[in-house]
Amino acid sequence: MAETKNILLCGVGGQGIITASKILAAGLISVGYDVKMSEVHGMAQRGGSVTTQVRFGEKVWSPIIGLGQADILVSFETMETGKWLEYLKPAGKVVVNDYRIPSAPILSGAADYPEGILEALSGKADTTAIKAEGIAVGLGNIKTMNVVLLGALVKAMGLTEINWEEVVKTTVKPKFIDVNIQAMKAGMEMIK
Amino acid sequence: MKEFMTGNEAVARGAYEAGCTFASAYPGTPSTEILENVAQYKKDIYCEWAPNEKVAMEVAIGATMAGARSLAAMKHVGVNVAADPLFTLGYLGVSGGFVLVSADDPGCHSSQNEQDNRYYAKFSKIACIEPSNSQESKDMIKASFEISEKFDTPILFRMTTRVCHSKGLVEMDERTEVGAKEYVKNPAKWIATPANAKRLHPIVEDKLVALEEFSNETDLNYFEWNDKKIGIISSGVAYTYAQEVFGNTASYLKLGFTFPLPMKKIKEFADQVDTLYVIEELEPFIEEQMKAAGIECIGKEKIPKIGELNPDIIAEALLGEKRETTSMDEDKKVSRPPTLCAGCPHRGFYYALGKKKNVVVTGDIGCYTLGAAEPLNSIDSVVCMGGSISMAHGAQKAFEKNGVEKQLVSVIGDSTFFHTGVNSLIDVAYNSGNTVSCILDNRITGMTGHQENPGTGYTLMGEPANEIDIPGLVKAIGIKHVQTINPLNLEEVDKALDEAFAFDGPSVLITRWPCVLKKFSEQDFKEFDLTKKRCVVVDEKCKGCKICTKTGCPAIAFNKETKLAYIDEHMCVGCEVCLQACPFDAIEMAGE
Repeated sequence: MAETKNILLCGVGGQGIITASKILAAGLISVGYDVKMSEVHGMAQRGGSVTTQVRFGEKVWSPIIGLGQADILVSFETMETGKWLEYLKPAGKVVVNDYRIPSAPILSGAADYPEGILEALSGKADTTAIKAEGIAVGLGNIKTMNVVLLGALVKAMGLTEINWEEVVKTTVKPKFIDVNIQAMKAGMEMIK
Repeated sequence: MKEFMTGNEAVARGAYEAGCTFASAYPGTPSTEILENVAQYKKDIYCEWAPNEKVAMEVAIGATMAGARSLAAMKHVGVNVAADPLFTLGYLGVSGGFVLVSADDPGCHSSQNEQDNRYYAKFSKIACIEPSNSQESKDMIKASFEISEKFDTPILFRMTTRVCHSKGLVEMDERTEVGAKEYVKNPAKWIATPANAKRLHPIVEDKLVALEEFSNETDLNYFEWNDKKIGIISSGVAYTYAQEVFGNTASYLKLGFTFPLPMKKIKEFADQVDTLYVIEELEPFIEEQMKAAGIECIGKEKIPKIGELNPDIIAEALLGEKRETTSMDEDKKVSRPPTLCAGCPHRGFYYALGKKKNVVVTGDIGCYTLGAAEPLNSIDSVVCMGGSISMAHGAQKAFEKNGVEKQLVSVIGDSTFFHTGVNSLIDVAYNSGNTVSCILDNRITGMTGHQENPGTGYTLMGEPANEIDIPGLVKAIGIKHVQTINPLNLEEVDKALDEAFAFDGPSVLITRWPCVLKKFSEQDFKEFDLTKKRCVVVDEKCKGCKICTKTGCPAIAFNKETKLAYIDEHMCVGCEVCLQACPFDAIEMAGE
């Protein structure tokens, strides 16, 4: 097995980031990787930022990474990408959800939602923007947005040898298995 | 079989496998999930939420005295609350193995300080054990019970946020039943009179000598020999960061048993390496003791003692290495502070309170601390659990003595009131205070993720429980003016505040409405109108005055293009606070 790989997921409380990370970790474990996953929560339900880090390889020591160390940054909300971009390797990839959740200063009119984020990102890193909301709604369940992004992540990271259908079957509730498998596939198709 | 577990889950599993039969805690991030997970083994481990950490500690002391392997868990500042029994237990020792889990929070992810609780072990003269990952969290809990019984000492099991909340693979084992030690009445051991304490003190010092010998022998402290130019002594999660940075280019002395330190082993290691680094998070706990023993090393002169460490900080501090990175332009970032949820029952109360002039509001620890932020700005101070009521009383007396006219209001949650707020209220009643103590009862312990408490009617193990009658309790304390109100009704809150301000003497207002995120009980449905509703802005009536946004509701946005307010239909739960705040009747219930 190769060197340790680092995945950083970020977004806003309620977007299913921790669930997506758990599915990801289960898939990595299923093929024999050592995996460490770290999450910062506590304020998650109060509309705050949420981030998880998933590290995998032959032997993983630290549960967290430092700046410039992530192989991929998957951002579930457009503006959140900026907060975590420093953690990306210069040659790393960004998968960003073209989806806005305004924060308190924006809601109150004290600040504007920043424009031109996707353009700025493209100039800084290998970026793929995905409209995951539309895909998830198309599948009949907006809550599968997280698994659409997970699908894009696993394709971008070349983790397609893992049997994700099986992993989804063992990690989500029975009635949501089919839609999540479709969401996963739809996400994979977004990465060329 | 291996499972992917957090450190907290692994601690619960370890207690189960070790034959523990008693566990208690007061919830506090990052420790909360320990007892939540112990509860899944409730057939074998009796477990409970205590109203505060001191009580959690004391009930566990009772259980060890009764011969059971016992565990108490709390966040780092909780140990401050439990410190009184802890220090005495250091003298008395244990019967069944006793583990106190202290979950420290370097970096203050969700705490008011970043105290390093390893000092508590040294201070109270007990052993300290520090795991660095989930597997160790399980293994070392089991070792802790054994060591505790062997040396007749409580164990301070020191975790940190990253150990508590990170997941790793953990090998599962079966539970070993150990039963309880036979109870023998033993006043010389269990009665901490001055005479006994005097007699016990030298015994404790002897125990520490024996524990240091053990520390030198145990494989919880081990060498990992590689190149000897660089030697690293480390403990806890910092050890994993050191491994990440140095890998097999350095030799290690990994410490899992960090008090008493294995000074002989440390000397042996120091003698064989050229440069010796001590890599530890927060305070120079290991380093100071090494230097006092005359062992030269490099530690906090290079590695920060403030905040969390990570591999980068260590690489930069010791190797001068810095990784290349990229960053987003500052004008493309806007902060995302946590807010009270849409429909939070605290919002209406704070909105009405914020209209009052010449008040000083002392706050407390919980979700309602978020009332301190923009735009509500409703709180003047927060210090510690239960501190709001007593601080308001002290400030009121001081203002009065110095001829300053201010109305003092304190704000505290239900669980925090049971924690230590109730003692403070006794002080107010006893010493003829003149404050308004507001107990925001949202029917659950909110901030830590919905734990039962003495007011919710259920226990940790899911059994129906006695439910405290807060108004009855408050009246029994001696408060004459007590009123229970609906915090979502602005007029009701406003009127209740005015009446309490006018009352000569201490008063208590209890707001009663369930947390919007709570899994509602049958009783909640009976008592409160919890039908799903929704508010909408009537564009024709909206004047764009932005007053509704002053409620700080995340479901309300001001659209700069249309110059009108807008309510997100997915987030709104129809609490009607904005509807009442709007001076132009421009917000209505949907479907009306």
